[in-house]
Amino acid sequence: MSSNRKHLLGLEGVSREDIQTILDSALSFKEILQRPIPKVPALRGVTVVNLFFEPSTRTRISFELAEKRLSADTVNFSSSTSSVKKGETLKDTARNIEAMKIDIVVIRHSYPGAPHFLANWLNASIINAGDGAHEHPTQGLLDLLTLYEKFGSFDGLKVLIVGDISHSRVARSNIFGLNTMGADVSICGPGTLLPYQAESLGVRVYSDLDEAIKNADVINVLRIQLERQGKGLLPSLREYRNLFGITRERLKKLDPGVVIMHPGPINRGVEIDSDVADSKQSVILHQVTNGVAVRMAVLYHVMGSERSEVPE
Amino acid sequence: MKTESGLFLFYGGLVYNHKSRSFRDKDLVVDAGIIKEIGKIKPESFRGKKVNLQGKHLFPGFVDLHVHLREPGREDKETIETGANAAMAGGFTEICCMPNTNPAIDHRGVVEFINNQAKSHLVAVHPIGAVTKERAGSELAEMGDMMEAGAVAFSDDGASVSTAEMMRFALEYSKMFHVPIIDHCEDLSLATDKKMNEGVVSTSLGIPAVPAVAEDLIVARDLMMAEFTGGHVHIAHISSGRAVELVRQAKTKGISVTAEACPHHFTLTDDAVKSFDTNLRVNPPIRTAADVAEIIAGLKDGTIDAIATDHAPQAIEEKDVEFGLAAPGMVGLETAVGLVTTFLIKKGYLTLPQMAARMSVTPRKIVNLPLPLFKAGEKANFTVIDTETNWTVDKFKFKSKSRNTPFHGWQLAGKSFGVFNRGKWYRNEEN
Repeated sequence: MSSNRKHLLGLEGVSREDIQTILDSALSFKEILQRPIPKVPALRGVTVVNLFFEPSTRTRISFELAEKRLSADTVNFSSSTSSVKKGETLKDTARNIEAMKIDIVVIRHSYPGAPHFLANWLNASIINAGDGAHEHPTQGLLDLLTLYEKFGSFDGLKVLIVGDISHSRVARSNIFGLNTMGADVSICGPGTLLPYQAESLGVRVYSDLDEAIKNADVINVLRIQLERQGKGLLPSLREYRNLFGITRERLKKLDPGVVIMHPGPINRGVEIDSDVADSKQSVILHQVTNGVAVRMAVLYHVMGSERSEVPE
Repeated sequence: MKTESGLFLFYGGLVYNHKSRSFRDKDLVVDAGIIKEIGKIKPESFRGKKVNLQGKHLFPGFVDLHVHLREPGREDKETIETGANAAMAGGFTEICCMPNTNPAIDHRGVVEFINNQAKSHLVAVHPIGAVTKERAGSELAEMGDMMEAGAVAFSDDGASVSTAEMMRFALEYSKMFHVPIIDHCEDLSLATDKKMNEGVVSTSLGIPAVPAVAEDLIVARDLMMAEFTGGHVHIAHISSGRAVELVRQAKTKGISVTAEACPHHFTLTDDAVKSFDTNLRVNPPIRTAADVAEIIAGLKDGTIDAIATDHAPQAIEEKDVEFGLAAPGMVGLETAVGLVTTFLIKKGYLTLPQMAARMSVTPRKIVNLPLPLFKAGEKANFTVIDTETNWTVDKFKFKSKSRNTPFHGWQLAGKSFGVFNRGKWYRNEEN
């Protein structure tokens, strides 16, 4: 069952060198994406399956684009976890994939560890496109790339992540990646949406947003899941916006150099005001562009390249 | 599985003496299941089967208070026979089976069915009846009738007794029969849909997690209800350090409480869940190193009375799934002695006489089973342990029908050499 295949299951435990290599090649791929014909033959003959057990628009499209830009053959499988529960198990799905000789599996799943489970069963390379509240490593990497482009270094960079940390795979991957790269990470959110002993993740924890944003170079605003309100975790979205929303009033008080990020999709007027999301400080659309380049780099590296330079 | 009967001489072993709580060099003659003679007997002149137990320890037969046999209902995972076989191989002569079968053990008919299935086995199987009809938590089951048929205790295991009031009724009612209510302590409002212990590991893994306080709350409720009613509550599979402390305090106040701990709760920590091995998904969950230390301290000072396995066979397809979808539980009958010897005896936390207390003497008291003494005229019911053997856990050799163990491949010290009960001797094939 074990193989020499490379996987990207999460950013926890990935070395600084490996992250830097991926960022460097992502920058090269980004350059390729500017060309009139934004396509290279790097993964010609490589077959990728995008297994999405959870609804996703941007991540799925971003992966698919990245695969096509690298000339890979791609197939898509989408299904909600509940219908899989009734029918085929993940293990059987995995074995069927195995039988079809697939090289790379990109998986999005609502349960933490589902990509690790596949990695145990398949010879293919596995890329985690989000597993429950655990990790979303390509989102973490694209956020790193965006900051790397903006600041040129992570050393001492003060990044504040705001919102529902408990249920956020984006937060976890960002924290793991940023800590490895030497950034200084803080989190801020309501007590009900912070995980147990959140400091154990290697972050400073704030409950007062106005205090937390004072020192931040970067504010990464997480999407608030609207259904959290009904589960007793939040009294109201109105109160959430008052206490934790990145509002135009809050933005005004900040250094104009502060960078605003959001992994999308945005609830305008809840966790972030429209004018903040669309402001000059916002790099939200850069993040999306970088997503394609980072995923190209990841696909390229799991197929075995140790180099950061990319094929012409 | 092959057992022998007839006239035996067990010689060279160290035999547990209940009065002095120590092991003494003694030989035993057993005929038709009765100890005929105990002392120094020369094997050369003996005519009968001779079993050399040089260097081995003879304990009063081990009892497991907490076993899931799955029959009736899920015979694909375990039957009464395969479960009893696993117990026999693991070194137990008596086991108590939990009522969460289908149908549940909630009336005399099911108790009698189990008795009937188990009657010819070396291992005695004692049913634990449900506290409430269909384990639904709303009406008391016919405890008296089930007691008459052979039930030894009552539990709605798998879930806590539903409410404080139902616990009150259960304790008031069971008190008439001098049997315990065994409670699985877990506050459902905190525990529903949670898959592991809440701690720094769940914080990094993002797995929905239940805090230890979910256990502590129900333990506290049960202790108060035991104090209030004068009934006997037995805390099943205690896993939280704070809960151990609560039981310790209750005992000093004289509350009628006993408790058991499972080998996986004093050998594993939640850190292991980083592997996403679904065999580590158990209820209550494996917790932190601090909880493990408290459980060991509790076993040492007697706050925790018994070691029980919570043997919970699950089918392959219930475990070969995403961690969050896996059925909870692990099999435990065939690894318990090895884990206890390796992690408690060899590490110096428990002595062998204390092992006798936690695995035989006290569990027997809890469910009113007689303690078999090594004395002429007594029924022979004993477990022979080889504490010096080293072995590797191989789940494919299990007698249980299920293989859901996280201990596969572990190197352990200490194993059952054989068991004697109901006139039969079973010698472990592995020795």
